[in-house]
Amino acid sequence: MRNNHNKKECGPKGKRLITFTAAINEALIECMEKDPGVFVMGLGAPDPKGVFGTTLGLQKRFGTGRVFDMPISENAMTGVAIGAAISGMRPVMAHQRADFVLMAMDQIVNSAAKWHYMYGGQASVPLTIRTVVGRGWGQGPQHSQNFQALFAQVPGLKVVAPTTPCEAKGLLTASIEENNPVIFVEHRWLSNQMGDVPEGYYSMPLGKANVMRKGSDITVVASMDMALEAMVVADGLLSSGISVEVVNLRTVKPLDAETILGSVAKTGRLVVMDSSWYEFGVSAEIAAVVAEKGFDSLKAKVRRLGLPSVPTPTSPALAGHYYPSEADICLAIGDVLGVRLNPRKLGFKDVVGDVPDEYFKGPF
Amino acid sequence: MRTGNNKRLAFYLEMLRIRVIEEELVRYYAEQEMRCPVHFCIGQEAVPVGVCQALGGADTIMSNHRSHGHYLARGGDLRRMVAELYGRETGCASGKGGSMHLIDRSVNFLGATSIVADTIPIAVGVAFANKLRRRKSVSVVFFGDGATEEGLFYESLNFAALHRLPVFFVCENNLYSVYSPLNVRQPASRNIYKVARSLGVESSRVNGNDVEAVNRASASALRGIRRGRGPYLLEAMTYRYLEHCGPNCDIELGYRAKEELEQWKKADPVAAYERKLIRESVISKDYALKARNRIIKEVGEAVRYAKSSAYPEADRLMMDVYAQ
Repeated sequence: MRNNHNKKECGPKGKRLITFTAAINEALIECMEKDPGVFVMGLGAPDPKGVFGTTLGLQKRFGTGRVFDMPISENAMTGVAIGAAISGMRPVMAHQRADFVLMAMDQIVNSAAKWHYMYGGQASVPLTIRTVVGRGWGQGPQHSQNFQALFAQVPGLKVVAPTTPCEAKGLLTASIEENNPVIFVEHRWLSNQMGDVPEGYYSMPLGKANVMRKGSDITVVASMDMALEAMVVADGLLSSGISVEVVNLRTVKPLDAETILGSVAKTGRLVVMDSSWYEFGVSAEIAAVVAEKGFDSLKAKVRRLGLPSVPTPTSPALAGHYYPSEADICLAIGDVLGVRLNPRKLGFKDVVGDVPDEYFKGPF
Repeated sequence: MRTGNNKRLAFYLEMLRIRVIEEELVRYYAEQEMRCPVHFCIGQEAVPVGVCQALGGADTIMSNHRSHGHYLARGGDLRRMVAELYGRETGCASGKGGSMHLIDRSVNFLGATSIVADTIPIAVGVAFANKLRRRKSVSVVFFGDGATEEGLFYESLNFAALHRLPVFFVCENNLYSVYSPLNVRQPASRNIYKVARSLGVESSRVNGNDVEAVNRASASALRGIRRGRGPYLLEAMTYRYLEHCGPNCDIELGYRAKEELEQWKKADPVAAYERKLIRESVISKDYALKARNRIIKEVGEAVRYAKSSAYPEADRLMMDVYAQ
């Protein structure tokens, strides 16, 4: 992944570049300082690696009562977090892979998501579940899955998916402030991305997408790794006279249909990129919303790009064909615009690497 | 230690109240107006009463799909429970929960859910929050023998033991999970209370049809928990008379022997206790009859309250999915 769009500011203007990881760490520190009810639990939360660096230093600062490791019991520990949440606390759970969260689907879907509704609004579950989505370096079928659509389908859950470090901090703060269970998706490829992040406590509204780049010919809706890929392609298409508008979701659910429809009303064309499987996925939902509510503005067919419906292969040779490449994105845009584009001539890579940047070293 | 007569009277009246309420609801259920699955607890009344009579006001309770007894023994509002069964807006969960999702936060009954074992870790989380905030409160959770076959049971006891949390696990072992007897689900040599010990949770087994024994065991367990000795599990052996779900006796299905049911009925927690209190002149036959009639009247009033309450308006459908 090219690294030339990480300086896009997303909130109040600051002049401080920090990584996505550091931004998550700051959000946790500032939320814990502000609210004594916030605590952090997760496998490895206080260990020397600190969940890819996001929880480093927290235990020293806030003590073993508020920052602690947990048994490998994802389901029960989610229940424990729910119990603490209905007692007025604001737990933050961290999972090093989204794949492990499947062990806790029962408590997330049957308990956390329903609690407020099934008791007629008498109790709520302010719970943030951080799930890291892996990609590359052969992490394969059980360490690279993104279940954003699975969670987004469940009433009662919110699903947040930041792209930039600034969003990571502002949206994590908002998720912790939220009085409902939030699935907070952190894409592993974004960890080392640098970005302008304001100092001090701030939050960004959930359910609001962001026009990351203004354009007039076509709208590309994306989030996380795919949003950055879209920015790269949008940049590269300028020389061909194609103006791409990139809408960065920020929040998967609630979906900001208004911003998406507004952009499509302007451009009349849509490509939706999915950081997960596109069949039955978030991109399918977005395409459906535009077909239902924005049909009149559409000048051409809608295209989706995302992962094919196969498990993630481990070999880099296969994984290279699994994720959409810059060339794939370019061709999809050309297809919707009805113009013939030559990705190679435009400098777009048709092979996807298995690391996001040179700083990313194995094992993961 | 002998139980005082005031206490014995309270045990009796509480058990009788649950029994009569359940019997009356069985009768009303035939009208097909309570349109939700109901898991009656007839035969198991001594456990909730014995446990709840040992609790303090700050202690909290969570329960499972068979929760009427726990809710009532804790002092949950009867009219709002019945209204909930009738799906009315005056129900304790505004008609959105039904029999399997009772709640009455005013008496620290924090909720019941219908997924086996799901409230066990949640109750542990309540205890965890109590410990973090230094609140003097014990978190109690009721579950059945089937729940001890779920991974959640082991995971929850492990964490409770690890952090020495103030939680009281009450396992009502009624020997059946729907139609499946314990012996097709767990090895014959297994004792649930001993499993708890192997996980680092102190435990004991008690005759769950003997309210005084349940109460003594609970009081002793709670003393230890309050002194910081960590969690405790009580396995109470008991038996349900009716079908798993619904108002009928299902003995004709043949999954359990008629003789077994008869045997347990001889040790009926309410009737045997009533006979004992009459024999020992704590109450008279007339007193028992009057108490029963008083409760029947109370249920009648609750049912009238429920039936005269409005159904939730259609716009309630979309409300309460998210908290503000």
